[in-house]
Amino acid sequence: MDMSIMHLALFVLAVFLGFELITKVPPTLHTPLMSGTNAISGITIVGAILAAGHGGNETMVNVLGFIAVALATINVVGGFMVTNRMLAMFKRK
Amino acid sequence: MNANLIEIAYIVAASLFILGIKGLSKPKTAVRGNQLAASGMLVAIVVTLLNNEIVSFEWIIAGAVVGAIVGATLAIKIQMTAMPQLIALLNGFGGGASLAIAAAEFLKSQPAAQGDLAAAAAEAVGAATGVGAGMGTVAMIATGAAVFIGSVTLTGSFVAFAKLQELIDGQPKGFPGMKAVNAILLVGSIIAIGYMTTDPTNTQVFWGIVAAACVMGILLVMPIGGADMPVVIALLNSYSGIAAAAAGFVMGNSALIVTGSLVGASGIILTQIMCVAMNRSLFNVLFGVMAEAG
Repeated sequence: MDMSIMHLALFVLAVFLGFELITKVPPTLHTPLMSGTNAISGITIVGAILAAGHGGNETMVNVLGFIAVALATINVVGGFMVTNRMLAMFKRK
Repeated sequence: MNANLIEIAYIVAASLFILGIKGLSKPKTAVRGNQLAASGMLVAIVVTLLNNEIVSFEWIIAGAVVGAIVGATLAIKIQMTAMPQLIALLNGFGGGASLAIAAAEFLKSQPAAQGDLAAAAAEAVGAATGVGAGMGTVAMIATGAAVFIGSVTLTGSFVAFAKLQELIDGQPKGFPGMKAVNAILLVGSIIAIGYMTTDPTNTQVFWGIVAAACVMGILLVMPIGGADMPVVIALLNSYSGIAAAAAGFVMGNSALIVTGSLVGASGIILTQIMCVAMNRSLFNVLFGVMAEAG
């Protein structure tokens, strides 16, 4: 079977799972949940690492790879840290 | 590292993300949920670094150092009241990352853009994406989707950030015929992506799509007032997930596809939940007509 068909199957199933995953969220958790899923969308760091580490000598490709890694890392590091900070604030109350 | 082991690790990471999102939606388990999601990310990053396709680390290390410093500084320094705009900003970076990945893959596929060694290496591993003479049809459509949605997320999030941070006026802004312009940009970009499947080496059309999507991101968020912005950020968050999934199809990477579509789909549901809580209609947010509704 073609690999892209497997990927399409994964995509469709993950979309359905995503729709079912959250149902009732208390309003106080709206922002932390948004922030947490935003950090998870930083999974682009995987693609960025692969794009930046291919070892070619084409400057533009390398620069784009560097930019991708930097932006994705900001998203991941900033996202998880800020979500943690937000949740810690709720705990103290 | 063995390719099968990498795939298994990606399944572990995806499971941790699922448990993490689930945990984040309940007050008792929220902290744990965030930790589970973060450990999933760590697993995904570590196994990716062990991938045999990665032969040079200097650009990765440079990017990671810059990103970690900027990200941590933002997260520590930001005022608690400024959370929504920080999320918007981080989300914009996520969209920008998808855009940069897809653009790098596109340029790599260009015949003239290949160095001798890179060309040989790309030829060996890249048959599936049609590397060598431009991209194949599926990869080209995925690339178009990733750069389009990534660019909209990038500029849209920055406008949301600027409005909330009061760098620009938070009032709804628009001009007559704005919707028509958006429709032209959207349809034009779809046609351009379709054209690129027949002419996958046309870099000018490629950058045209990027430019059109950047303009569209600005135009979609400008007519929305500051009070409605959290809903828009939730929606842009969903877009950045979809952009990541599209980038996954470009690279043939299952971690990006699964995680991106999870965030994309759950982000739409969260947007809907927030709309209900704020008495807004999801349809109006989706089509950027909130200014009139509110």
